[in-house]
Amino acid sequence: MPPSTDRPQAQKVPLRPGDRIFSGASTGAGVLILVVLAGVAAFLIVEAWPSLTAPAEDIPGGKGVAVYVWPLLFGTLISAIFALLIASPLAVAIALFITYYSPRRIAQALGYLIDLLAAVPSIIYGLWGFTVLAPLTVEPANWLSENLGFIPLFAGPPSATGRTMLVAIIVLAVMILPIITAVVREAFRQTPRLHEEASLALGATRWEMIRMAALPFGRSSIVGASMLGLGRALGETMAVAIVLSVSGGVTFNLISSANPSTIAANIALQFPESSGVAVNTLIASGLVLFAITLAVNMAARAVINRRKEFSGAN
Amino acid sequence: MAKRIEVKDLDIYYDKFLAVQGVSMTIQPRSVTALIGPSGCGKSTFLRTLNRMHELVPNARVDGKIFMDDDDLYGPGVDPVNVRRQIGMVFQRPNPFPTMSIYDNVAAGLKLNNKRMRRSEMDDVVERALRSANLWEEVKDRLGKPGSGLSGGQQQRLCIARAIAVQPDVLLMDEPCSALDPISTQAIEDLMLELKEKYTIVIVTHNMQQAARVSDMTGFFNLQGVGKPGELVEIDETTKIFSTPSKKATEDYISGRFG
Ligand SMILES: Nc1ncnc2c1ncn2[C@@H]1O[C@H](COP(=O)(O)OP(=O)(O)OP(=O)(O)O)[C@@H](O)[C@H]1O
Ligand SMILES: [Mg+2]
Repeated sequence: MPPSTDRPQAQKVPLRPGDRIFSGASTGAGVLILVVLAGVAAFLIVEAWPSLTAPAEDIPGGKGVAVYVWPLLFGTLISAIFALLIASPLAVAIALFITYYSPRRIAQALGYLIDLLAAVPSIIYGLWGFTVLAPLTVEPANWLSENLGFIPLFAGPPSATGRTMLVAIIVLAVMILPIITAVVREAFRQTPRLHEEASLALGATRWEMIRMAALPFGRSSIVGASMLGLGRALGETMAVAIVLSVSGGVTFNLISSANPSTIAANIALQFPESSGVAVNTLIASGLVLFAITLAVNMAARAVINRRKEFSGAN
Repeated sequence: MAKRIEVKDLDIYYDKFLAVQGVSMTIQPRSVTALIGPSGCGKSTFLRTLNRMHELVPNARVDGKIFMDDDDLYGPGVDPVNVRRQIGMVFQRPNPFPTMSIYDNVAAGLKLNNKRMRRSEMDDVVERALRSANLWEEVKDRLGKPGSGLSGGQQQRLCIARAIAVQPDVLLMDEPCSALDPISTQAIEDLMLELKEKYTIVIVTHNMQQAARVSDMTGFFNLQGVGKPGELVEIDETTKIFSTPSKKATEDYISGRFG
């Protein structure tokens, strides 16, 4: 090697074996994850392809892939988004309560309890939704359709079994509550003492302090956590498959017995009895779900990471 | 505005730990009172009892009395939130709200105290506070920019502007210059001399020259011994403390013969 190009290299700090092993291992793990992701995507595309090229009559329902997937996509989105609308304010409220209001003992107990919710298998949530929650909602759903029926969500006619979109949404909300609460709580825990004191010294009440210091500081975490929760809700399979009584159709009506299914639940229910192009169609719907959850999760991570700029700055 | 503070036999606890014992002093209005003393003797702790920030630490409490003019700050039924609205505080590290603009930082206290202020009125108050803090000329063209984008010294003056925007009776400052360069320090010392025309100022400082330069009265805190609580050794006119203090410990401390 000519000495002129050699010199800058000679000044480099020599890599220690530990550093080298660690950086090799972490790079390897990162590459492996990418390879797996790419493999999954490739599998989905290859397997979905026949359904995209097949004549529309061959697709279940007989009107092509898009018409088949659309109600499922709609059901997936509506259940996940409404679940999020319930879960994220609740999660923020719980996180605030744990961080700022409750005595330390209760805070810890409540924290554990919420984390425990995450440990319950989703099939259990499904059974609970089916056997306990669904019957419980029948009466309230009747009331809703009678008194608030002018709102499309509660148009009715109310389901007699209670196996409605509403119940699926509530079950999903409970399921995604722990992850959102955990992330948001961690953010509030890190609210700089300096900023809390700045507002308190101005004569802020505790709630005003939360509004001036904690919420602005935690905002991007709240957004990120919600999107993580959304990702979970989009992909949830068993609970929805058990709870929801499906009839297809695109409707905002949450309390009737005519509900769209979700992509994941539909795959779980249909796959055992499908063959040929029907399988390819299911996989095509899976590809759509994969793309959406991947995008949502990546966006969530990006938002959560962005707040690192804040924490170091002050 | 500018009220007198009277402290009577104050003991300050962190849970069961007695941090500061038996402080009695009178803090005169329209003057700067400096508190000096070795690290850990309880200057910050004492300062934070004056605006009832101390009790934010779990299980922290005080024994004794503090009066502001004739109001008993620790009297029954006194809301600490109201005390803090009348007694402003500036911290060691500049702490503007990072997500708020310069304008909103200054207006933050106003919005708490006086929710329905007209925009034009608010503009006036913000400008006046920034002018009083000698910051107006530097930031008037970027009031909408985040406060965290200023230099450390500017941020500290922003915090002073935020504290005085609500026209407190008393202004507490805990080592307000210790994170700043000499020029910013100078700017803030000048500011203190201007502000004392209108406010009662109490400042904690480790910088003896600073205490000598800006204060009218100086109080010397010391530990009673290793593992013992801190105490107020003496408080007197600054010139007297720095020339002929009445206690040996004070003389040792200010002449650097400490310990
Ligand atoms: N939050 C707290 N909990 C328990 N003890 C505390 C707390 N803050 C301070 N102390 C103790 O109270 C005593 C006085 O501390 P303080 O911070 O008031 O000293 P200081 O004079 O301001 O020191 P410095 O000059 O280093 O700022 C110290 O023994 C300290 O350990
Ligand atoms: Mg201190």
